[in-house]
Amino acid sequence: MSAVADDLVRIAAVDKARGYWASVFRRLSRDPLSVACASVLLLIALAAIFAPYLGLADPYQGSMIRRLRWIGTPGYPLGTDELGRDMVARLIYGGRLSLFLGLFPVVLAFCIGTTLGVMAGYLGGFVNQAIMRTVDVFYAFPSVLLAIAISGALGAGITNSIVSLTIVFIPPIVRVSESVTTSVRGLDFVDAARASGAGPITIMRVHVLGNVLGPIFVYSTSLISVCMILASGLSFLGLGTKPPEPEWGLMLNTLRTAIYANPWVAALPGAMIFIVSICFNLLSDGMRSAMDVRS
Amino acid sequence: MSEADLSAPAADVGGPQQPLLEVRSLSKHFPVRGGFIGKAGVVRAVDDVNFSVDKGEVLGIVGESGCGKSTTARLVIGLIQPDQGSIILDGEKLGASLSLRDLRRRVQMVFQDSYASLNPRLTVEDSIAFGPKVHGIAADDARARAHDLLRKVGLDPALFAARYPHELSGGQRQRVNIARALALSPRLVLLDEAVSALDKSVEAQVLNLLIDLKEELGLTYVFISHDLNVVRFISDRVIVMYLGEVVETGPVEALWSDARHPYTRALFAAMPSLDPDRRTQEAPITGDPPNPIDPPSGCRFHTRCPFAESVCSEKSPSLFATGNERHFAACHMVDPASGHSKAGHFSARELQHA
Repeated sequence: MSAVADDLVRIAAVDKARGYWASVFRRLSRDPLSVACASVLLLIALAAIFAPYLGLADPYQGSMIRRLRWIGTPGYPLGTDELGRDMVARLIYGGRLSLFLGLFPVVLAFCIGTTLGVMAGYLGGFVNQAIMRTVDVFYAFPSVLLAIAISGALGAGITNSIVSLTIVFIPPIVRVSESVTTSVRGLDFVDAARASGAGPITIMRVHVLGNVLGPIFVYSTSLISVCMILASGLSFLGLGTKPPEPEWGLMLNTLRTAIYANPWVAALPGAMIFIVSICFNLLSDGMRSAMDVRS
Repeated sequence: MSEADLSAPAADVGGPQQPLLEVRSLSKHFPVRGGFIGKAGVVRAVDDVNFSVDKGEVLGIVGESGCGKSTTARLVIGLIQPDQGSIILDGEKLGASLSLRDLRRRVQMVFQDSYASLNPRLTVEDSIAFGPKVHGIAADDARARAHDLLRKVGLDPALFAARYPHELSGGQRQRVNIARALALSPRLVLLDEAVSALDKSVEAQVLNLLIDLKEELGLTYVFISHDLNVVRFISDRVIVMYLGEVVETGPVEALWSDARHPYTRALFAAMPSLDPDRRTQEAPITGDPPNPIDPPSGCRFHTRCPFAESVCSEKSPSLFATGNERHFAACHMVDPASGHSKAGHFSARELQHA
């Protein structure tokens, strides 16, 4: 009996030594759905990164005589697009820009938005008013319109579309982080931390952030799919990626003319966006339960 | 004050005669917004409260819900800003020679809700070590100190240090909260309903622990509770509060044997008794406490007091000496010159027949 207890103590000690994030990862790895989604995303990301070494066809090389081949055509397992380019190569190379444009603005907006929102929620008063009212100004415009307006003002290009998408996603993240911070701020342990003489920055870092990061993180992951679609919208309007660059959103838009001629091939880029965004959403749900130490 | 001597109890300042804490005319009025057309008002949560806490004593604060007990504690530790009044610790006035940071190093607080007062994301050890780290103790020393304190409050560090709050029982969590409050070696600990949420057997254990720690570390407590039995058990002196004001204060024995304020008597009469001969026959006070936004004129208790006369609604009584040592009551009946017809009649029996 006591040997068992000793073992438990030792296990607990090992657990502690591994730290919080290690335990989050361990819990996540026990959830089959999260593992499946993570594997799919990892596979797509690795394929996109190592695309030049996979022996694929040239994604830019088209041919007028083999346009819009069906899925399963020998030599073209996923067919060809409206300019006769190999869809396998286009989709894998397209993952590079699509994933980058979907992830990077959200990561940037997550960092900036969380900082602003936690500050607004914890410090309250004038700081809160200043931040939240500025955010409200951005809320006055629909997100698509705002992205187009900022991109248009900054000029076309990938960098500018990243900047405009970041600006679009900061306000909702600020809103979410402000509201969860306000609910945590009133709890006794924050008062206890203040009573032990800690300054606002230390309290926000140690006591507030750990308790608000989960919901903000989950919300932000759900924005990744929106961001990919918005990025493709910008590309369609000529404000983001430009043809012949492979990018899923842009491919979806150029293939739309072939929707009656070859609907299966035309749907492929959309399917990729769908798979990636649903994987991100399911993974973020898994992350949320894994980050809850009470589970 | 040097930052490194957290492991030893803080040295005494000013000799045994100087009170550890003095609170002078402390007031806190919370503004409340009126309705659509209603006018805005203020809740007089704490109104002109004076008291002092001697070194090594336990001062109990009792009163019904909403009388300003917790607000007083939060004002003392600076979690909310007073509108008026001063807090003097060891002869140093807060805001003058005493900084808020120094005050919070010497005064700590234990909250009622043992779960809400611990960060759910931090292990027990990290929660206790947080205070010392903030005050510049190295992480390893802070952890050693946390283990030491866990042992002091009766929790084996090998079993409990790495646990999260949700893995502990209410009593264990409150022990952790006590350890956290002691982590900065405070001289004064404010216990705000610290045992109220625990069941009776655990409550007794935690009370005994508090008494042991007080002896061992030379602590002083301000013990806030609505449970009169517990207050009587642990306190040396007691303050009775009603609607943000102190209505009576005195040593425990004097107060229990010779309460002068009708409110205090009503409180004691409301205590359930195991003795069938002393069974409560009727409700001792009737009605709800008045609205603190617009408190009654004169003595705030006159709307519910069985002995109220016209003088009570006209003049606000200050704390009069009752003749017992350190025993004061804010009632016109205690002051022979007040004009109250029963002034000078002190005992309950006298009052009933007068």
